[in-house]
Amino acid sequence: MKLKRFKEIALDGTVRQNPTFRLVLGTCPTLALTTAAINCLGMGAAVIFVLVCSNVIISLLRNIIPDRVRIPCFIVIIATFVTIVRLFMDAFVPSLYDALGVFLPLIVVNCIILGRAESFASHNSVGESALDGLFMGIGFTLAITLMGIVREVLGKGELFGLHLWNFKINFFANSAGAFLTFGVFIALFNLCYNAVERKIKHKRAQQAQALAEQADASAEQTTNEVKEA
Amino acid sequence: MDIFGIIVAALFSQNFVLAKFLGICPFLGVSKKVNSALGMGIAVTAVMVITCAVTYPIYVFLLVPLGLEYMEILVFILVIASLVQILEMVLKKFSPGLYSAMGIYLPLVTTNCAILGVAELVIANVAANTEGAFHLVGTIMGNAVDKWFVTSYGGAVVSGLFYGLGFTLAIVLLAGLRIKTDKLHVAKPLRGFPITMITACFMAMAFYVFSLI
Repeated sequence: MKLKRFKEIALDGTVRQNPTFRLVLGTCPTLALTTAAINCLGMGAAVIFVLVCSNVIISLLRNIIPDRVRIPCFIVIIATFVTIVRLFMDAFVPSLYDALGVFLPLIVVNCIILGRAESFASHNSVGESALDGLFMGIGFTLAITLMGIVREVLGKGELFGLHLWNFKINFFANSAGAFLTFGVFIALFNLCYNAVERKIKHKRAQQAQALAEQADASAEQTTNEVKEA
Repeated sequence: MDIFGIIVAALFSQNFVLAKFLGICPFLGVSKKVNSALGMGIAVTAVMVITCAVTYPIYVFLLVPLGLEYMEILVFILVIASLVQILEMVLKKFSPGLYSAMGIYLPLVTTNCAILGVAELVIANVAANTEGAFHLVGTIMGNAVDKWFVTSYGGAVVSGLFYGLGFTLAIVLLAGLRIKTDKLHVAKPLRGFPITMITACFMAMAFYVFSLI
């Protein structure tokens, strides 16, 4: 695979189409689990596994699945992997299993996974779909872990379960704090994203202008040469 | 806690959207107009009640005897998807007026975490409290009143109904507030989702107060 395509998929997944902040998908676990950063990492790992596996299988089957029944097929494939994750977590990390609670089975109806299956995996090759799943999952994990750190430090005075100080604002550990943190994070992300994008556009425009001037100069030169001849 | 308390809890302090964070996607996506919010709310409530009514017997009579409890996610999501499809066809055939009012919201309901959430929460609760036995109405005697909701078929269906009504309440209220915020001058980066989230934050604070009573 070309490096350029790889870069494109990686950037799309983590920044340009960040599922949490740009597309605002999969909001339920984002709001519910960000009270503790460690739960976010666990949720992120589960989502990455399900997303990569379901993207690969759906991409492999994309020419076999009839178009009319594709959504039920996707859901069954996703539900299978969620069941695998659930049984695995219950057996090996029971504390995380309890912390994630109902949101572990709800990965099935997480819009990110069905969205990627529908918009990416059902049109692209296996390798690209796997990469897309990986980077989308990483984008999701980074976003919710960042929110989790902020809410845990402010709401509990802890970081990844380690006690920092006694100062805590209960508001951020509550449901209202979740909405506020998420709203502020989306606004900040959009602000930074738009600023960077404007800078890149400005740079590109300058480059294009320079190229155009060069082309003009060379064109003039050639016309002059033609005239002289 | 009496039945009234349980109903208030389902509607306010345990509100599906604002306290349990289930069904946030339609909550944000379909709340631009009060009418469409109401349609979505009614569709979700209807599907929630039917889901509770159907998945509980399936769980108790099919999955538990066969020892297939670990298949519940797959079974529930398939049951919900087919239920929604059947409901859509029935509405189309027998009540075209109702279908045109809420038909477009029904397909969206399938991938709504509130529905699978209610199946998971209610059924898991009921099954844990009854140890797999099936009680149609449960016992309403003495201090067993509060257990009625989590130990019987009737209780499961009724709690599905009130969780659905709580969802409807939240989404209609947000739609009303969004009409107001759309008319305001909002800073550019806050437009769209962020300001809606902050509105929802104030709603969550108001709903949280009910859990202190």
